[in-house]
Amino acid sequence: MKYALYPGCAAKGATPELFQSTMAIIGRLGIEVTELTASSCCGAGVVGEADPEGALALSARTFAQAEGLGLDIMTICGTCQGVMGGANRRLKSDPALLARVNRLLAPEGLVYSGMVQVKHLLWIVVREVGMERLKDEVQITLGDLHIAPFYGCYILRPSWDVGFDDPEHPTSMETLIRAVGAEPVEYAGKVKCCGFPIILEKENIALTMNGTNLKEAKDAGADMMVTPCPLCHMSLDIYQERAGRTVNARLELPVLHLPQMLGLAMGVPPEQLGMQRHLVSVEPVIEAVEARKTMKKAGRP
Amino acid sequence: MRLPFIITKYNPELEHAAHQETYRLAVSRGMTVLDALIRIKNELDGRVTFRYSCRSAICGSCAMTINGSEKLACRTSIRKEWERHGKIDIAPLRHLPILKDLAVDMAGFWSKTRAVTPWLGGDSSSDHGLPVMPDAYQFHNVDACIMCGACVAACTSHEADQGFLGPAALAKAYRFIADPRESRAAKTARLAVLERPTGIWDCTRCNFCVQVCPKDVQPMEAIIRLRRAAIEAGFTQTGGARHVLGFKQLVARFGRLNEAIMPLKVVGLHLTRLAQIMPLGIRMLLKGKVPNPLHPPIQGVEHVRRILTRPTRGGPV
Ligand code: SF4
Ligand code: SF4
Ligand code: FES
Repeated sequence: MKYALYPGCAAKGATPELFQSTMAIIGRLGIEVTELTASSCCGAGVVGEADPEGALALSARTFAQAEGLGLDIMTICGTCQGVMGGANRRLKSDPALLARVNRLLAPEGLVYSGMVQVKHLLWIVVREVGMERLKDEVQITLGDLHIAPFYGCYILRPSWDVGFDDPEHPTSMETLIRAVGAEPVEYAGKVKCCGFPIILEKENIALTMNGTNLKEAKDAGADMMVTPCPLCHMSLDIYQERAGRTVNARLELPVLHLPQMLGLAMGVPPEQLGMQRHLVSVEPVIEAVEARKTMKKAGRP
Repeated sequence: MRLPFIITKYNPELEHAAHQETYRLAVSRGMTVLDALIRIKNELDGRVTFRYSCRSAICGSCAMTINGSEKLACRTSIRKEWERHGKIDIAPLRHLPILKDLAVDMAGFWSKTRAVTPWLGGDSSSDHGLPVMPDAYQFHNVDACIMCGACVAACTSHEADQGFLGPAALAKAYRFIADPRESRAAKTARLAVLERPTGIWDCTRCNFCVQVCPKDVQPMEAIIRLRRAAIEAGFTQTGGARHVLGFKQLVARFGRLNEAIMPLKVVGLHLTRLAQIMPLGIRMLLKGKVPNPLHPPIQGVEHVRRILTRPTRGGPV
């Protein structure tokens, strides 16, 4: 199973622990990657607000690079996945648009012919690695933990661009949470918005959204949260204290990136997963994992 | 087959809070949720209150929350809902005042629609025969809206702040920005209102409105077009516009987004806001989360720059 890894900006910038933890786990799951080191930002839906065709060209440029390697793309960011998945569908279904965008790529000697597929790590683990293989790699079941999945918007909607989970009833994150032996927490906010796109300019609205989701998860019994999107992670982790103040709650809810959760269950040391880079303390999670390790050594389940 | 229908009921004049009631009904092939509601009202409980008229997804009056998502009752198949969710749970639209049971007060929805002046602006006295109507396609389907309110109920920004004009009203506003019969001056006046707080920049681009709209209006896409029109008309000082322009500039310069510089682009030289974001910036720095602002650009950045700085045709949409 080989993919062209599209890192995106966040994993190369403000959430380096996402890149680190991804690299720490994929080999064990049988996923090989070649990193697209010359790839640009996907536009995050923001560039497209000013320049839709320019934004499509950024995605097409990345697709052309992957096509050159003969590989499909693996993303590790829900937002990149949504933006690039949508761009790919449009380019594949509109030959005139594809031709126009290819004219923008021509000076670099690149051309996209529409052969690449774009898949998020979450989907690759669920559908291609499979639960059998994942369970073989799980060394410590996270059995005491109640884990709240937080999907984020772009990995679910619009479903006709994304096409993996049912946006009204997604199950992929819950499947992985169960595979590591933990209990998924059910709460309405799991499919809602983290507020990140407007957190700088409309802080109050964004923090209300963010805090409401976190509080709901906490009230439903979550010990931690896990997300497949680093932009959600920034909102949920970096801004958590402020979000808590906005909704009058002490949250202190550790938020992990998807590969960090998988890594812990595979027995990867927390430092190798970049766990020390979070703003909200992840100590309770690490302690729970350590306790399970000791129990296992002592021969208890 | 007899199925249980869980209906949220609430009479604000008599009760303090809403409660759920379950009705069992034998359903037949091809039945919609609205068919079932009508039969429940006729055969089991005449007090159940809901709105409907056309029964065929035209009038927009039967939007409600079915199994947690906003849908038209008259267009929602019971069989499909049962297969998808294993239950039929019917509640009123969210974040709108409840009149009774499934009927919500749409007054606020209509006043927001009025607030975007949903008619052609400018001086019509000088119009000697209006120009021929443009190709309707130019409206990108916003004129297909049946004003059902599903998008507003699903909107995550509206949930956090009910002052937000919301997806339906903004999609309606776009219809006039896209109409070539309205003068440039009138459009500029329109955009000056829409760029204010509670307007186009309050949308968080969560895609809920796009997902739930029964008529494929794609309100978020209309909001994005309004944002572009506002920027092109010179409204570039809001935080939202600065975000878009600053983001594009940074990508053109480095090839990737540099989150160390992004907040400064949005906040600008606004000292109180700067003072608010600084402590967080320092905590991020200590955790190794602030990317080096002097990080070298990606390989081939000149091509990214050429793409993003090419001359474009311009125009409002
Ligand atoms: S995309 Fe914007 S308008 Fe649409 S539901 Fe989300 S926040 Fe509301
Ligand atoms: S945009 Fe769609 S969901 Fe919103 S009111 Fe119009 S028809 Fe209903
Ligand atoms: S009854 Fe008219 S839209 Fe459903």
